[in-house]
Amino acid sequence: MVEIVIFSTLNGLVTGLLLFMLASGLTLIFSMMGILNFAHASFYMLGAYFAYSVSLFLGFWPGLIVAPLLVGVLGALVERYGLRYVHKSGHVAELVFTFGLAFFIEELVQFAWGKETKNYQQPEILDFPLFTLFGQNFPAYKGFMIFISIAIFIGLYQVITRTRIGLIIQAAISHPNAVSSLGHNVPLIFMGAFGVGTALAGVAGVIAGPVLTTFPGMALVLGSIVFVIVVVGGLGSLTGALIASLLIGLLQSYAIALEFAVNDLLALFDISFDADHFLNDLWTLSLPQIAPVLPYLLLVLILIFRPTGLLGKRET
Amino acid sequence: MSFWRMAVLVGVLYPMCSHGADAVRIAFIDPISGTFSATGTNTLHQFEFAAEELVNKKAGVLGGRRFEIVALDNKASPRESQIQLKRAIGEGIQIIAQGNSSAVANAVTDAVRKHNRRNPANRVLYLNYSAVDPALTNDKCHFWHFRFDAHAEIKMAALTDVIAKQENIEKIYIIGQDYSFGKAVAAAAVKFLGQKRPDMAILGNELHPIGRVKDFTPYVTKIQSSGAQAIITGNWGADMVGLGKAIVDAGMNVPIYTYYAAFDGVTATMGKAGKGKIRLVHEGHYNPVPTKRLRDYHSAFKAKYPDHDLSNQRVYNVIEILAKAIDKAGSSDPLPVARALEGIEHTTLGGERVFMRREDHQLFQPLQISVHTDEGIEFDGDNSGFGLRTEESVPLENTLVETTCKMTRPQS
Repeated sequence: MVEIVIFSTLNGLVTGLLLFMLASGLTLIFSMMGILNFAHASFYMLGAYFAYSVSLFLGFWPGLIVAPLLVGVLGALVERYGLRYVHKSGHVAELVFTFGLAFFIEELVQFAWGKETKNYQQPEILDFPLFTLFGQNFPAYKGFMIFISIAIFIGLYQVITRTRIGLIIQAAISHPNAVSSLGHNVPLIFMGAFGVGTALAGVAGVIAGPVLTTFPGMALVLGSIVFVIVVVGGLGSLTGALIASLLIGLLQSYAIALEFAVNDLLALFDISFDADHFLNDLWTLSLPQIAPVLPYLLLVLILIFRPTGLLGKRET
Repeated sequence: MSFWRMAVLVGVLYPMCSHGADAVRIAFIDPISGTFSATGTNTLHQFEFAAEELVNKKAGVLGGRRFEIVALDNKASPRESQIQLKRAIGEGIQIIAQGNSSAVANAVTDAVRKHNRRNPANRVLYLNYSAVDPALTNDKCHFWHFRFDAHAEIKMAALTDVIAKQENIEKIYIIGQDYSFGKAVAAAAVKFLGQKRPDMAILGNELHPIGRVKDFTPYVTKIQSSGAQAIITGNWGADMVGLGKAIVDAGMNVPIYTYYAAFDGVTATMGKAGKGKIRLVHEGHYNPVPTKRLRDYHSAFKAKYPDHDLSNQRVYNVIEILAKAIDKAGSSDPLPVARALEGIEHTTLGGERVFMRREDHQLFQPLQISVHTDEGIEFDGDNSGFGLRTEESVPLENTLVETTCKMTRPQS
């Protein structure tokens, strides 16, 4: 039991921090520009594919630098030459634009790289168990993932709270017109924020690609859960996104590991049902089976009881 | 239309027509676009190659008629498949080949059965080369459906034969995708292990959402802490790669018994991490190659399609057995061909005896359990250097499972 708890916590931490890297970019874009970027996870997928292609020629480490930069530039271009024009037609148009973009990128990836799973591997230097506990290995690469994610959180937090750029960004989030009147180039800030946000998704893609496999469906698998985190954490709140990511990572990890069924709960109250009861499917429902639903349940509860999210200050 | 245009049109169309009327056309209804197109396209090449190499280059059937594969894209959708089936019938094609997805196969087999009942003058034959839902040759069987792949239960019978022999495996874990196929695999595993190794403890029987799992590590944590000494899974595609990787990353050194852990990118991705751990049940032979005929055939395929794999060895059986049945029947009409196919015996390219059981139209064939490795590999997968090497062979007699099929045969 102890080993399950320890390893589930570690698994949850790894998943949570990975989700955070995606969510941090998304929440930045969302809070600043009011755009619900449906294509965010697609940029994550592009990060993985770019890094895979770079790694074929130069190895893993150059890919870690080059791929996010490429994705960031691509993101900035999409903002500059796409979203900025669509922006005039309002939020619904922007939403539809990013929605279309997500499909476009998915098709593009299949066209360029093919449909089969790509052989994108972690660097050999990190191919050893960091430690072994109760006979289970914790791979060094996962330790590396945790390290990178925490470093990004600290770096981003410092930039937003301690620097002049961060000050302007924070101001642009709440009072874009006032910032513009003060002579700051708000469209440029938006473009920069979109670029940085998508680059963060790119980083997530690069480091997740070797572990979660690089295939055309990888954006779809992660896409919806990132929105849950942004809403649960609260719009525009980096700390909120971190807490929500960890919460959801741990929630899923524990739910899969713990073998509790409705039966067990009822047994506590001395209630039991026949195996051929017509609602038997309901009584034998176990925690691992409903694990995928839990984040969305959390989303619904948060929207009902705390619409601003855990640490958010405003409703959008 | 001017005379010249007419002349050109006739010139273009005429060779096609004369050719078509003579050839025995086989409609290949499978995904050629969409998510599963990699699998569909790969198989289409194998069909075209088999028809060319095994029939057309050898004087064809019925004294000189060629096989022609007509590819129809069903986008892996049951609805689209019925439309394509109608189209094939409309074009006068009498033989249908389909395999990817049991959901599609269930729709096609129903459509074929109804069509043949209503249009006795215009029947079609359905050759299922890959859909492994056991129901297709049990409760849902009918005279016009023939299956060339071992169904999920037969494959599990073979796998459990091998697992049962491993004295050191006392605890096993079953994990699969949450849909009809994953459930059929799990049910068969529980049934056969109960018969062959009642002492073996099944520590877990888990279903996970199909195609929606980000990270399999939490599942693997659970599997590992349960103390399992082997794992059975029917997972395919990204779900197979994700599960396999998570198991290897956690440092679990146990055999993983699978159905589909090879080709279409899976072999390359598992690479050396899966070496010696992944085992797979399949028909035919990859390494070692038992006969010169199979080696020549495989080499010629790789020479023509260097980026594709001979992933479905049953395809060459479909083509050879069909050609044999047509020659035996002396006609390419569905009824005589179907009668000839019932109970037909055949020696494959790999030199194995196989037969089509009369009762349920299920082909029975020896099955191999192979290991994923880079040692002793002549024909690899995904050009990765890794491939499948046969560890155990399960003879045909051990694959004979019972059927509930009761079919009515047409009198004329």
